[in-house]
Amino acid sequence: MSTALVESPLDASQAVFRQVVPAGEPFTGIVRKGQTLRILDLEGNQAVDTLFYNADDPEERYSATDTLRAQGNIYLSTGTQLLSSEGRVMLTITADTCGRHDTLGGACSAESNTVRYALDKRHMHSCRDSFLLALAEYDHGMGKRDLSSNINFFMNVPVTPEGGLCFADGLSAPGRYVEMRAEMDVLVLISNCPQLNNPCNAYNPTPVEVLVWDA
Amino acid sequence: MNNTPDESRRLWEERVPAGAHWSWVLRRGTTLRLTDPEGGANVAMLLYSREDTTERYNMADTLKGQHTAFLTRGNVCYSDMGRVLCSITEDTCGWHDTIGGLSNAALVKQKYGEARYQEHRNAYHRNGFDSLVNELGKYGLGRRDVVANLNLFSKITVNEDGALVFQPGNSKPGDYLDLRFEMDTLVVLSTCQHPLDPAPTYAPKPVDLLVWRSDPPGPDDLCRNHCEQNQRAFTNTERLYPLG
Repeated sequence: MSTALVESPLDASQAVFRQVVPAGEPFTGIVRKGQTLRILDLEGNQAVDTLFYNADDPEERYSATDTLRAQGNIYLSTGTQLLSSEGRVMLTITADTCGRHDTLGGACSAESNTVRYALDKRHMHSCRDSFLLALAEYDHGMGKRDLSSNINFFMNVPVTPEGGLCFADGLSAPGRYVEMRAEMDVLVLISNCPQLNNPCNAYNPTPVEVLVWDA
Repeated sequence: MNNTPDESRRLWEERVPAGAHWSWVLRRGTTLRLTDPEGGANVAMLLYSREDTTERYNMADTLKGQHTAFLTRGNVCYSDMGRVLCSITEDTCGWHDTIGGLSNAALVKQKYGEARYQEHRNAYHRNGFDSLVNELGKYGLGRRDVVANLNLFSKITVNEDGALVFQPGNSKPGDYLDLRFEMDTLVVLSTCQHPLDPAPTYAPKPVDLLVWRSDPPGPDDLCRNHCEQNQRAFTNTERLYPLG
């Protein structure tokens, strides 16, 4: 696995799909095998909580632990193969101008906010609320059982050799992106994180852009 | 052995053989002791609320709430609903893995070769993922419900560059941990080897279980007061059980 920054040769004007996802909004879409998906951090330091499912069999889904175990490293970057719960490669990260992405920190929720910050933080908007609403609108029978450990693109969650876990300042900046090639048809579920209680979004959630290129 | 429960409180004990899978509902107010009789055991475990199995152990919430990447005495296992499924009230081992995940059929075959039931009967090679799916099926659950699991008795550290390292010898013969259940909880486990265990042979270990009636956590409870996040999670839990 490389932690060097790798730029993409792809030209945004050639993309077959472009959509800005505003701060705090979810996104769902299908990326076909061979297509390339880019997530672009438009204004910098934005956490993008992301889950992937086999589009034909959503019970097969992105597995954080299989992905980490197979590459023997907790950080996702260029060269990382995103593995499914069945041990198959779903996507391969092909370019990354941020350098490090997290898959241990999970997604914020109303309930976890009550624990982490204060009981009265329940009513703030959260990623898992976005995920649940997006899956309801997607209307394929998916729900909370399908919310397994996600990727946090552009987030930096180091683990110390002593086993401590911290939320460090992000490494991202305006215009940085991560790009991955789909190795199977995948359903992409994104929550553009609305968290205001910690520095994962620099306390200022901002929009991101989703781009797709054909093979 | 310290902190051994009174004979009058004991409910039952049993052994889960090496490489086997097991499940049971542990009620609020009981404690489950898992003992590694031989040393070097691994117990892959998932936890679900018995009342609503969509509420389940959540690795990220557990780690974020307690600012740790591993679990030991004083830590608790959070559900995705901001409550405490169980608390680690004793631990002679010191480190239980939360990030290493499960073995699967392909990994076990690649590491240890093939050993089928047809030739090996009940010594056939099992794997963590299939074992948990098998046990989950008894409750109407399945592949959708396999989330990031605990690996009790195993230690995985993370280097400065993010590399995962399996630490052998973490659990000694006789090491144990106590899980005090704060909610009625479906416990599902497998005694297959840890997926990052570098041992070249298929050599899973058994684990001994002991269950007893335990006292509810008081205001001075170690796990409740481990951090303010745990205090709030206990509040969320106790609001679900207003009658105790």
